[in-house]
Amino acid sequence: MTELAETPSAPMPSLATRFEIVPIVLFAAFVAAPLFAMVSGAEGYVLSLLTRVMVFGIAAMALDLILGYGALVSFGHAAFLGLGGYAVGILASHGIEDLLVQIPVALAASAIFALITGAISLRTKGVYFIMITLAFGQMLYFLATSLAAYGGDDGMTLASRSLVAGSSILENDFTFYWVCLLCLLGAYAFSRSVVASRFGRVLRGTKENAIRMEAIGFQPFRYQLAAYVLSGMMAGLAGCLLANQAEFVSPAYMTWQRSGELIFMVVLGGLGSLHGAIIGAAAFLLLEEFLPEILHGLSFFLGEETRAHLAENWKMVFGPLLILIVLFVRGGIMGLLRRPHHG
Amino acid sequence: MAEPLLELRNLRKAYGALIVTDDVSLSVQPGELHAIIGPNGAGKTTLIHQISGTLSSDSGSILFGGEDFTHLSMPQRVRRGLARSFQITSILPGFSALANVALAVQARSGSSFRFFGNASLEKALNAPAMDCLAEVGLAARAHIPAGLLSHGEKRQLELAIGLATEPKLLLLDEPLAGTGHDESQRVVETLRRLKSRLTIVLIEHDMDAVFSLADRVSVLVYGRVIATDTPERIRANPEVRAAYLGEEEMV
Ligand SMILES: Nc1ncnc2c1ncn2[C@@H]1O[C@H](COP(=O)(O)OP(=O)(O)OP(=O)(O)O)[C@@H](O)[C@H]1O
Ligand SMILES: [Mg+2]
Repeated sequence: MTELAETPSAPMPSLATRFEIVPIVLFAAFVAAPLFAMVSGAEGYVLSLLTRVMVFGIAAMALDLILGYGALVSFGHAAFLGLGGYAVGILASHGIEDLLVQIPVALAASAIFALITGAISLRTKGVYFIMITLAFGQMLYFLATSLAAYGGDDGMTLASRSLVAGSSILENDFTFYWVCLLCLLGAYAFSRSVVASRFGRVLRGTKENAIRMEAIGFQPFRYQLAAYVLSGMMAGLAGCLLANQAEFVSPAYMTWQRSGELIFMVVLGGLGSLHGAIIGAAAFLLLEEFLPEILHGLSFFLGEETRAHLAENWKMVFGPLLILIVLFVRGGIMGLLRRPHHG
Repeated sequence: MAEPLLELRNLRKAYGALIVTDDVSLSVQPGELHAIIGPNGAGKTTLIHQISGTLSSDSGSILFGGEDFTHLSMPQRVRRGLARSFQITSILPGFSALANVALAVQARSGSSFRFFGNASLEKALNAPAMDCLAEVGLAARAHIPAGLLSHGEKRQLELAIGLATEPKLLLLDEPLAGTGHDESQRVVETLRRLKSRLTIVLIEHDMDAVFSLADRVSVLVYGRVIATDTPERIRANPEVRAAYLGEEEMV
C-alpha cells in the first residue's frame, strides 16, 4: 500500500495526497478543541479528557510502529507507560520536579528496559513473543506493587504537575494541553519519518518476508530491536505525560489489561497508518467515557429501571461492540475512511 | 586449474533417518556456470539451503574464495558475495518491483540505521535497482506492486534482486520453474549474458537450458554426487542415464 504510493513516478499521487487529509483534519480538530472546551462550560472536563486521548494516542502510535509496521505483537507495552509514570513520580518524590530531567530519565529507563527485554523476546516468534512480552510487563507490574516506599499497591499522588525549566506553567490546563499536543505532533512527525526512511523500509520488508530480507543481507533482529527500543521510548514519554495528566501514578498503569487496551486501540484505528492509532485511541476512550450515556439515550423505549441497569453495566456492551467493530470493519476506522476511495 | 571460488567438502544433512545430502564434495571454478541436476527429491534445494546458509549442515565445510563459510549466517554470506534465489518465489509482495530490488541495493550501500529521509526517493538506490530490472527485462514493470506481477515476472524479479546484491556467485534454484515459453527464453538469454560476469550455480529441470548454458554439470541422486563433468560427457554417462531412466527425457 504505502510503497505503492511512494515509488517516485508511480501514476497515483492523488491517492497519496488524499490519505493526508485524515491526519490534517485530525490535528486541526485537536487544535480547535480548546475553543470548544471554552464555550462548552465544562472546560476542565473536556480538556482533561482530550489530553488523555492525546497521551494514549502517543502510546498507541508507539505500538503501531512495531505492530503495524513490524508485525511485532507486544502484549506488554503498558510497562513503558508505567516506566514513564514512575520516573516522574519517583523523581518528584525526591524533589526533582523538572520535566527536563524527568523526561530524559524516563526515556533512558524505557530504552534500557526495551533493549534488555526486546533482545530476549525477539529471539522468539508469534505466540511466544506475545507471551514473553506479557511476562516482562507483569514482572514490572509486580515490581511496582512491591515498591512500598513509592506507594506500593496504592500508587502515589503527585504534589503538583512537573515544572518546566523551573516554572510551573503546566499547572494551567490549557498550557498542558498544548504541550501534549506538541508531543503528539512531534511523535507523529518522527514516526512518519522513521516509517519512510531506510530503517523503516527494512522493518516493513521484514514484516512481509524475513527470509527474503536475510537473503539480501539484512539481519532482521537488529532492526526489530531498534524499532522496539524506539517504540518503548515513545510509550515512556506518554507515561510521563499521563502521570502529569492524572497527577497520580500507580501499578494500574501497567496491568496487562492496559497493554491489551493499547493493542485494541491500534487495531480499532487500523494497523499501520500511525494516525489510525491516534483515532483508535480517541474512539476507545470516548466510547468508554460516553457509552453509559449513549446506552441510556438509545434505550428510551425501555423501562427506567432497565435503562439504569444497562447504563450501569455498559461494559457488557463495550466489549462485544469493540469485537464487532474489529470483525466487521476490516482495517479498522482507517479502513473505513479509505474504502470510498477504492474502485 | 585456478583456485575454486566455491568449494564444498563432505557436506551432509539428514532429517531424522532420511539422509538428504550425503557427503557432497564439489568445487565451482570462478566464471563457470555450474549446473546441478537430479531427479525430484534428490536434495538439490537442500544443498542450496546449506550453501547459502538458510540451513546449517550436520557436517562438512564450505569454503568461498578461500574463506571458511561453514558457520556464517545467511546475511553474512550474502554480504561476502554469495547470493541465492528460491525455488518457491520469495519476494516482498506489497513493495513495488523497484523497491524490492532497491532494498537489495540498500543492503550493501551504507547504513540502514537512518531514520530520516525518504528511502524510496533515493536516486543512489533506485538507479542501480533500475539497471538490474532492465537486465532481466522488467524495467517497464518497475512500479507495479510485486505481488501483482505474473508468475514468470516474479521469477525474473527474483533474479534481479539477486543481481542487486552484487554477488560473486549466484545460486539459482530452478529459475525457469513454472515460466511460460517466452519468459523462459528471456531468462535463458539473461543467464547467457550474465555468465561472462559472474559465477553461477544453476539448478534446473529444463535440460535444454542446462545443456546449452552449463560449462560443467553435476548430477545429484539420493543426496550423492554421482558425476561431475562437461555437458557432453554427462549426457553420455551410463550411470547418469540409468538414474534418469523413466524420470526425464535426456536429449
Ligand atoms: N524440512 C524437511 N523435513 C523433512 N524432510 C525434508 C525436509 N525438506 C526436504 N525434505 C526431504 O528431503 C528430500 C530432498 O528435498 P529437496 O527439496 O532438497 O529436493 P530437490 O532435489 O530440490 O527436489 P525438487 O527437484 O523436487 O525441487 C526430499 O525427500 C524431501 O522430502
Ligand atoms: Mg528443489
